[in-house]
Parts: sequence; structure tokens; C-alpha cells
Amino acid sequence: MAAIVSVKNVTKTYDGGFQALKGVSLDIEEGEIIALLGPNGAGKTTLISTICGITTMSSGSITVGGHDIQRDYRTARQMIGLVPQEINLEPFEKVIDTVSFSRGLFGKKKNRPYVESVLNTLSLADKMDNRVMMLSGGMKRRVLIAKALSHEPRVLFLDEPTAGVDVELRKDMWDVVAELKRQGVTIILTTHYIEEAEAIADRIGVINNGEILLVEDKDTLMARMGKKHLTVELADPVADIPAALADYNLERGADGLSLKYTYDTNADRTGITALLADIAKAGLVLRDVKTDQSSLEEIFVGLVQGDAA
Amino acid sequence: MNIQAVRVIYISEMGRFFRTIAQSFISPVLSTSLYFIVFGSAIGSRIEEVEGVSYGAFIVPGLIMLTVMTQATSNASFGIYFPKFIGTIYELLSAPISFLEIVIGYVGAAATKAFIIGMVILTTSFFFVDITIQNPLMMFAFLTLTCLSFALLGFILGIWAGNFEQLQLVPLLVVTPLVFLGGSFYSISMLPPFWQTVTLFNPVVYLVSGFRWSFFGTADVPVLASLGAIGLFTVICLAFVWWIFKTGWKIRA
Repeated sequence: MAAIVSVKNVTKTYDGGFQALKGVSLDIEEGEIIALLGPNGAGKTTLISTICGITTMSSGSITVGGHDIQRDYRTARQMIGLVPQEINLEPFEKVIDTVSFSRGLFGKKKNRPYVESVLNTLSLADKMDNRVMMLSGGMKRRVLIAKALSHEPRVLFLDEPTAGVDVELRKDMWDVVAELKRQGVTIILTTHYIEEAEAIADRIGVINNGEILLVEDKDTLMARMGKKHLTVELADPVADIPAALADYNLERGADGLSLKYTYDTNADRTGITALLADIAKAGLVLRDVKTDQSSLEEIFVGLVQGDAA
Repeated sequence: MNIQAVRVIYISEMGRFFRTIAQSFISPVLSTSLYFIVFGSAIGSRIEEVEGVSYGAFIVPGLIMLTVMTQATSNASFGIYFPKFIGTIYELLSAPISFLEIVIGYVGAAATKAFIIGMVILTTSFFFVDITIQNPLMMFAFLTLTCLSFALLGFILGIWAGNFEQLQLVPLLVVTPLVFLGGSFYSISMLPPFWQTVTLFNPVVYLVSGFRWSFFGTADVPVLASLGAIGLFTVICLAFVWWIFKTGWKIRA
């Protein structure tokens, strides 16, 4: 599939000398949901702001739908909707007016039925004549999404859409995102909630210190997550893995005192019983047995810490 | 050209004007009426005619200019500062819209508001004094150019301002004194020679004088000088706005 957003070697150094992006390259495919995970200050918002034109990049190039975001900014930006992290809304305006304003700003003709349908999707239909300042925090966040969708964008950026949002609203947001994906909208969301990425994303990118550390299909990551490790500690060190145990793809600990077996918890047979029997047959004496499971969080923390070191 | 964007910015800014009707509409009318009562009736009755015009009528163009300049400046500066302050500027920066279109939307709306207020004050003045406008076409031209150029100035101030205090600083400390000392309430021929010369360095003198000329046919400075001055001021403001556009000064990181 063709990349609808293509980021190539983008760097951003702020006036103070802080390098927020250090050569980021990323291709986002049409119709996918990609979650960018990363701790605070990782560069997630800077990356989004740069693609959307709020921040100018120091070097590199970005295209949206094949249009360069600098040379052909009008066409590129028309394709993009942005839901910012902060709730930035004009408090005195009516919901319907502020959403219609966004539509016009992106060059689209007035279309009240369409704007009303967007408000309807976001459960804001009964609030459309209310002033923004009368709404709750969660409702305001929906208004931000409505504004971003008002001009029928093909790419939607959601910058921490569920930060500080209660569980129910978070689930609602996920439903909205799923519906948008069904309509063919490409969605890029940043989050530091791993379960959010797990719940809705097709692909997951991990970003830290201005660098993309990994971009992978969620299923591949989940498969890695679904793997469990069984570590057997031995009474006496082994120099090599005995030939009888070759089929198990064991990893030998550095001191030779442990063997690690990786298995799939979702498989019909984990192979643990056979392994333990074969270890006994091979004449190895066990001192202890433990199991552990890698989660996306661990993968994430591991990557981020490895990056910091 | 993103006409829709210009349209919604303009409409949204005008909406603010009508939402705050008391502040934006009634207050200039009230303060103008007070000026007429104090300067026109109470003090003016003791002043002889100025250049063949009754004092009450003489101050009408100056009063309109005073209000129009401060309103155009403050409306435009607030219009662009407010999105910066509440954070909604992100939308302007990420929209498929050029800086020129942003300027047309905000400056156009601020100039329109100032123009409406100017016309309201003119209408109000008919209730207090007897005036005939000798050159209505030039009157509209001067009024329009003043509204536009001061709205441009306000737009620049709004981009520059980092807080509400700075936003008020120039209108209060620069524009108002210049207008008061710019011959709004007197003919500069009434000043001692030294101060007449000093006054000629005040750009507002040229605007008030030209505007008054369109009413009464008399002026402190030649009309062409007035037109030149307002033209120059507009060009300076436009050049500054163009520079902001080129550099992204104070708006884009």
C-alpha cells in the first residue's frame, strides 16, 4: 500500500539548541491506525506539529498524499485533521459555530448537514447550540475532534486523545476511531497508554529522545508479548546445551547455570512437560524454575531504557 | 486564494463585535456624547469659531479619528492575540491558509468594526451639532484608509504582544497621546510657533487634518501631504506584516 504520510530524515532543533527530532523517518500507510508511543518529551508532539505545519522542521522532507508540506502546503494540509493535546477552544462560541469555523478555515464550503452529522457521531448533537465554556472537559475534547473532522480529512492526528479522560469516554473515543478507520481515514495517535495502543492500533511506533526506535505491526508485537519464558536454574553449570535438548531452542545463561525456554501461551501444547522430562533424562539437576512474560510495556521500557543508556 | 477561510475569520471576528455589543458599540457612542457635552456645549460655547467653523462642529472629525484609530488598533490586536492566548492559533497555523489571508480576515474585520463605529459617531454628532460634509467621497476615503492602516498596526501589535499588558501598552501610551496632540480638538495654528513645528512630526496631525478638510474644506497641512502620510503609514505597516510573514516572527516555532 502507498504511504499517505511520508516523513524522511526530519530533524528539528529549537532556538535554544534543544534537538527535539533527530532524523526521523516514518511511512504511514493509507487506512491504517498507527500509535506512537513514547514518554513525555520524546518528540511525539513535535513530530505531529511538524507534519501539520505548526512547527517548521530544521531539515528533511515530509509529504502527505504525495504533496510536499512546504511547497504544496495547501493541498497537503487540506488532507489533514489535527486534534491537539491541550483543550484549546474559543470559550464564547457555540459548538456548531466553532466546528463550522474549522470547516471554512480548511477551504470547505458551508455544509450544516455534514457538520451536524459529525456532531451526531460524537454524541454532541444536543450540545450544538451550547457555548463551549458550558461543556465538560470530555465534551470539549469531543468538540476538538469534531473540529478536526469538519473538513473531511483523510488523515487524522490525535495527540494524546484520552489524556485525563475517564474510562467510559476513552472507550467511546476508541469506538469513534474504529468507525473512522472503517470510513477509510488514516489515523495517527500519540499516547503513553500502552493499552490504548494495544486496543486500537494496527501498527505501533516507539519514539524516544527524538528518534523512532521501532515500528512494527501490533500483531507481531503482540505475538512477542504472547511468548512466555520458562527459566530453569541448574545445580551445576553446563558448558553447552545437551544435544538431546537441541529441539527446544534453549538459551544458555552466561554463567551456564540457567536455561531459558520460550513458548507460546496460546499454543495447544506448550512443551513444558516434555522439556522437563528431557532435562531429567539428560541428567541435569534443577535448582529452581520460574516463568515470566514480556508485555508490550516491557518491550517499550526496554527500548526506551536501552536508548537512554 | 482560500476565500472560505477569509470569510469564516471575518464572520467570526464580526461575531465577537456583536456579542460584545455594549463594549464595542455603546461605549464609543457614550464617550463621544460626553465629549460633545463637555467640549462642544460646556467649553465650546465659550470658544469662538475655529477657522470659520463652530467649535462643536470643528471637533467632530477629530473625535471620529480618536475613536476610529484606537478601536481599529485594539480590535485587530485583540483579534489575533486572543487565539495566541487561548491556544486556538494552532488551527490557523495548520490550516491551508496563507498569512495574507489571515491578515485580510482579521484586519478586514477590525477595520470594518472601526468604520461602523466611526459612522455611528458621525450620526450621533448630527444630534448635537450642525455639520455639512463638503467632500463625502474624500471623507470615506480618509476614514477607510485610517481604519485599514490602524487595523494593520493593531495586527502587528497583537502578533508582538506577549501578554495583555503589552497589548494595551501601545494603544494607551502611544496612539491616544498622539491623537490628543494631533489637533483633534484644536487647530495647530492655535499653538505657539515652536509647538507648531514639533506637532508636524506627529503623523496623526496629517490624518486628522485631511479628514477635517473633507468636512470643512480647511486644513492644517496640505491635503496631498495628508494623503501621502496615510499612504506611507499604510505601506510601512504592510511592509512589517510582510516581514512577519517571511520570518514567522512570534508565531511559528
